[in-house]
Amino acid sequence: MIVNSLLVLMMVAVLSLARTRNLFAVIVLSGIYSFLMATLMVALDAVDVAMTEAAVGAGISTVLLLGALHLCKSEEARPAHRPWLPLALSGATAALLIYGAMGLPDFADPNAPIHQHVAPRYLQNEVDVPNVVTAVLASFRGYDTLGETVVVFTAGAGIIALLRRRKHKPEGKGRDGE
Amino acid sequence: MENDLVLRVVGKLLIPFILLFALYVQFHGDFGPGGGFQAGTISAAGIVFHALVFGLEQTRRIVPDRLVEAMLAAGVLLYAGVGVAGLLLGGNYLDYFVLDPDPIHGQHRGIFWVEAGVHITVCGVMLKIFYMFASRSQRKDDEA
Repeated sequence: MIVNSLLVLMMVAVLSLARTRNLFAVIVLSGIYSFLMATLMVALDAVDVAMTEAAVGAGISTVLLLGALHLCKSEEARPAHRPWLPLALSGATAALLIYGAMGLPDFADPNAPIHQHVAPRYLQNEVDVPNVVTAVLASFRGYDTLGETVVVFTAGAGIIALLRRRKHKPEGKGRDGE
Repeated sequence: MENDLVLRVVGKLLIPFILLFALYVQFHGDFGPGGGFQAGTISAAGIVFHALVFGLEQTRRIVPDRLVEAMLAAGVLLYAGVGVAGLLLGGNYLDYFVLDPDPIHGQHRGIFWVEAGVHITVCGVMLKIFYMFASRSQRKDDEA
């Protein structure tokens, strides 16, 4: 019930997001969307994901988008073309995804293959960490998490490589010298 | 926003608790929800909040660029280093059982350091991206 109403609210947020031309309103709406998503994750008992979503999606990315908005105009330009082709494309993709999702096992079905494969061994908890999410993330799937950390690091390194060039200006140096 | 009294007072009150909560999420991640990713973003959010309320210059004085860039790499190195430590102690890469004579304790130790590495990198990257964008918009202000 809660999940469904949250999903409806998220749909409303997305539709109004697509229709709004004022970029400030768009950023606020995407923050609202992220908070709804975080609430949805809490409703689904995935508190770990909800925390990340609230801090990254609603908090930091909103701040970053506002910072970017500061650099450009706050009204979105009218699109040059009618959006029929992209609309048809996303409609077709959505239809395909829904068709594929119908073949999935029922939500929270304990007999679903994903719960029969390695999950039972994870839940035996041989590493004796009460929060299974942490055990899976850091121990059983340590390689994956190392890869994720490297991805995050690469994102940071890429940002540095892209934006740092302007520092040759003397004012940039003065700022560093403090 | 830098001259808003209410924000300044509330910010001063809240920021220590945000950072403390990040540490709680970090170290309580074994028992409750949380871990390196969450704690890293929360502590970065606290510092970004400080920058929004008190201005980027103030924040850069407390958390300098050089420290942030070092954090970027230090976290990954710490994570990879745990793996190498496992190798040196005779196990596989990222095998925590060998990190301590008691295997369960070794697991806890490995998870602790790995999560610390994740925290450091995530926090550093978030802050670096924010610094980059925020200082660009500032420069534009200077030109205008």
